Amino acid sequence: MITAEQKPIDEIRGMIAPYKRILVLGCASCVAECAAGGEKETAMLGSALRMAARMEKQEVEIEEKTLDRQCVNEFIVLLDDIIDKYDAILSLGCGAGVQAVADMFPETPVIPALNTEFLGETKSQGLWVENCLGCGDCMLYYFGGVCPLARCSKQLFNGPCGGSVNGKCEINPDLDCAWQLIIDRLSAFGALDRLEEIYPPKDWSKKQGGGPRKIVREDQQR
Amino acid sequence: MSHLKQILERGEFAVTAECGPPKGADPEVVLKKGELLRDKVDAVNVTDNQTAIVRMSSLAACSLLERAGLDPVLQMVVRDRNRIALQSDILGASAIGIRNLLCLSGDHQSFGNQPQTVGVFDLDSIQFLQAVRMMRDEGTIIGGDELSAPPDLFIGAAANPFADPLEFRVTRLAKKIKAGADFIQTQCIYNLDRFESWISMAMERGLPEKVYILSGVTPLKSPGMARYMKTRVSGMDIPDEIIERMEGVPKDKQREEGIRICVETILRLKEMPGVKGVHIMAIEWEDAVGEIVERAGLLPRPGI
Ligand code: SF4
Ligand code: SF4
Repeated sequence: MITAEQKPIDEIRGMIAPYKRILVLGCASCVAECAAGGEKETAMLGSALRMAARMEKQEVEIEEKTLDRQCVNEFIVLLDDIIDKYDAILSLGCGAGVQAVADMFPETPVIPALNTEFLGETKSQGLWVENCLGCGDCMLYYFGGVCPLARCSKQLFNGPCGGSVNGKCEINPDLDCAWQLIIDRLSAFGALDRLEEIYPPKDWSKKQGGGPRKIVREDQQR
Repeated sequence: MSHLKQILERGEFAVTAECGPPKGADPEVVLKKGELLRDKVDAVNVTDNQTAIVRMSSLAACSLLERAGLDPVLQMVVRDRNRIALQSDILGASAIGIRNLLCLSGDHQSFGNQPQTVGVFDLDSIQFLQAVRMMRDEGTIIGGDELSAPPDLFIGAAANPFADPLEFRVTRLAKKIKAGADFIQTQCIYNLDRFESWISMAMERGLPEKVYILSGVTPLKSPGMARYMKTRVSGMDIPDEIIERMEGVPKDKQREEGIRICVETILRLKEMPGVKGVHIMAIEWEDAVGEIVERAGLLPRPGI
């Protein structure tokens, strides 16, 4: 899923300051799972902003709504009937959600309330970790299911570097060395010899190197 | 032709030393360090924005040393350059007469004075080595385009026998040799036992016959420096006896003790099968190199 964290309230208040009627718009998918922009967080942010406005005797109308997915047009169109009531949308969607809403309503400013972070896994309650960079050419087979791009600080394809000690990464002792994990996993199923070969340079054009990416699937189009 | 390469090919025990470029544009600093090392070592290894701190470029400092008649080793890290810049700098380096190249990943950017930058890491150090060897031996760059003239370089890589996992360290050495390393420079050695077990594992795979291994040493200035390196520099193995030796002498004798440990280490390394030379990294202490080399019985350096 996409992970995100809420921006500091002062930064948010600075961005919405010019507007009087604001829709705080949550998303019930990824950002709900990481407790940043779901229905609950949207309600909390809405009331925090109302309270702050009241304290400073500002006249603003702040209302909330949460879409099932903010990055899919079928859900965004649900705003069609109400959009005219607002002069700005404060979005708790990920960066893709913010832009999808903005695309649909070109005249309405759509302001991000979250910092979108990474493609991650919910490791345990309140702990999310990054483990994929969406490189467009998945190499997990070669590396025993541990991504050296997302999880090795130096993105080594032929690691580990000389700083790997006791299974920890040289840049931060709280971080597992991805290459120790790769070696452990490959040894566990007897495939360590996969690492004898030199892994060739990565084709970054499949990541951002080739400009913004898109997927076209004619079989899915109507 | 690379002086270092000729020394090694003749079977002499090679001596190289490190030279860190200044945090400024003054050429004299580089030239002065070069003078301290002249006739004491066979080649001078110039660091590339070491510990991710901005300094004069390694390429420029190497050029200054080359013009002064020394044999520089150009260090190049993949942290700061993508494959276009790496390959282009290699052509430039060869064109201005630099004959040795050390391919490294580089210290992570979060350690230095530009922690907000982005690390490039387009290639890793092994892919980089392979690219340089292809440029030199096949005359082609990544993707297959042909060069009008190939670079003339003696190619090196680093190895850390003290990082984990030990068994895989030798596999990685083998990969570096396969990728194209002519010589290997190791991390600073204080734990000779562990170094010996690494070398003997490498011997079992026949690796020292395929590559010249230069063993790294760094003279300690103080027990504080030893403790700092032990606890703060990842992949640095300093046994407690060494720290105790440094602590056991009065303050004004500590540098002497550091030099003595370094000389003793070199004397043992010289006798170790598979070790073809020593690389002295006297960090901001280049004037110690002459004394170390002399006391280790490595002077005069052979001419070519
Ligand atoms: S290899 Fe690419 S697609 Fe696969 S996990 Fe890593 S970044 Fe994601
Ligand atoms: S210590 Fe491990 S994870 Fe960290 S940079 Fe080195 S190889 Fe990558």
